[in-house]
Amino acid sequence: MTVRRAGRDALLVDCAGLEEATALHAEVRRRGLAVRDLVPAAATVLLDGLADPAGTAEQIGAWRLEAVETPPGRLVELPTTYDGPDLGAVADQWGLTEEDVVELHLATEFRVAFCGFAPGFAYCTGLPEDRTVARRSDPRASVPAGSVGLAGPWTAVYPTASPGGWQLIGRTEVRLWDAGSEQPALLPPGTRVRFVRG
Amino acid sequence: MGDAASTGRPPTSLRVVSAGPQTTVQDCGRPGYAHLGVPRSGALDEPALRLANRLVGNPEDAAGLECLLGGVVLEAEASTGVAVTGAFAPVRVEGRLLPWGVAVGVPRGGRVEIGAPTQGLRVYVAVDGGIDVPPVLGSRSTDVLSGTGPAPLADGDRLPVGAGRGAPSDAEAAPVPVRRELRLRLGPRDDWFTSASLAGLEQATYTVSGDSNRVGLRLDGAGLERARDGELPSEGLVLGSVQVPPSGQLVVFLADHPTTGGYPVVGVVEPEDLAACAQLRPGDAVRLRLLR
Repeated sequence: MTVRRAGRDALLVDCAGLEEATALHAEVRRRGLAVRDLVPAAATVLLDGLADPAGTAEQIGAWRLEAVETPPGRLVELPTTYDGPDLGAVADQWGLTEEDVVELHLATEFRVAFCGFAPGFAYCTGLPEDRTVARRSDPRASVPAGSVGLAGPWTAVYPTASPGGWQLIGRTEVRLWDAGSEQPALLPPGTRVRFVRG
Repeated sequence: MGDAASTGRPPTSLRVVSAGPQTTVQDCGRPGYAHLGVPRSGALDEPALRLANRLVGNPEDAAGLECLLGGVVLEAEASTGVAVTGAFAPVRVEGRLLPWGVAVGVPRGGRVEIGAPTQGLRVYVAVDGGIDVPPVLGSRSTDVLSGTGPAPLADGDRLPVGAGRGAPSDAEAAPVPVRRELRLRLGPRDDWFTSASLAGLEQATYTVSGDSNRVGLRLDGAGLERARDGELPSEGLVLGSVQVPPSGQLVVFLADHPTTGGYPVVGVVEPEDLAACAQLRPGDAVRLRLLR
């Protein structure tokens, strides 16, 4: 890990990859470090709003993360209809039939690595390493809420309608974002996700 | 103020006669939700909002109005108190020109008219009792990036105002000139750029671009030369991050910034200089001073 300053009162910790970032995120939470915002990402963890960033940097540098076990998150099932407009494009990229793509997606247990892009937009990891997907070269001006998409190694569900370049393979009726709720995101980081036929 | 006033004012409302180019409700934002992809939002010139609130006797973090380029007319449905701060703009209450930074009473049916700023860009209005729209995730702020919070004001809107104290401060404040130099603390990704181009940051003069908004202050000028190729996986961003996209145009991320981004952040603007970022106008010249 490399600990970097990000302005006066924040640290950005570079990790070897998602696994280490996930472990560090869990460790910061386990230790109850006082942060205003704690933002895990694909290979980093941001700690924002620290009273003593230099002291915290020193502290983190001494942590041993190997021993950390990520606590199993809550499991959410998302009933999904696999009729997305890009199902054929994904099948072509993977050299599979459309039904094989759907079966692989259904057989995978995903985990929310982090959120970003839009409120409640959860980057879910879990597909085999060789099953990555190139984004659409021509992003859509509007992707409907509930669309299930793939990009790079990730799967996500659009919580609200927005522009987007992910390859859309299906849709779910489940509401992923409710700003009026105490727990506004259905899929916060750490949540386990399974797609089931809807 | 007489005895009746010191017992406080009941909740009331303001009628938006003219909303101007872009007026939004802002308080000190909704930090703590970045991990869910929710921008922090809040007043871009936070010291100006806090001052306006102090002047009318509100808690400093009460919700007020942020008016881009003025052009706003408000009508009080009951007598209330207001203070206007931020950009230097002509403000009239019942047709009478106000000095900058004082709290004044507005009678029932009275109008507050905010003209176009002659210095700065964003005017802040505090009302005794605060703007009392329903909070979303702990804040009444409008976040223009994600659409969280109330919609920007439209002509004819009625804005609820909370119960007031009716005890404005008799303090006066003076406008501070807008800083033209932003202090930049290098990192976290300064090592993505050549040391020569980092040194050049301090020599260059940048121009505020017209496509700046609540998401970011965009600066045209000398780009930065990368010391390495490749892409950065998306990572968390802090307020004031200066991102360098391939176009080379620097973007200083302001309150409605995305919570993560994939272009390298060369440095972060010091918190005290963010108010200037809210008030710099398109075409203004800006310099950067590096803190290492």
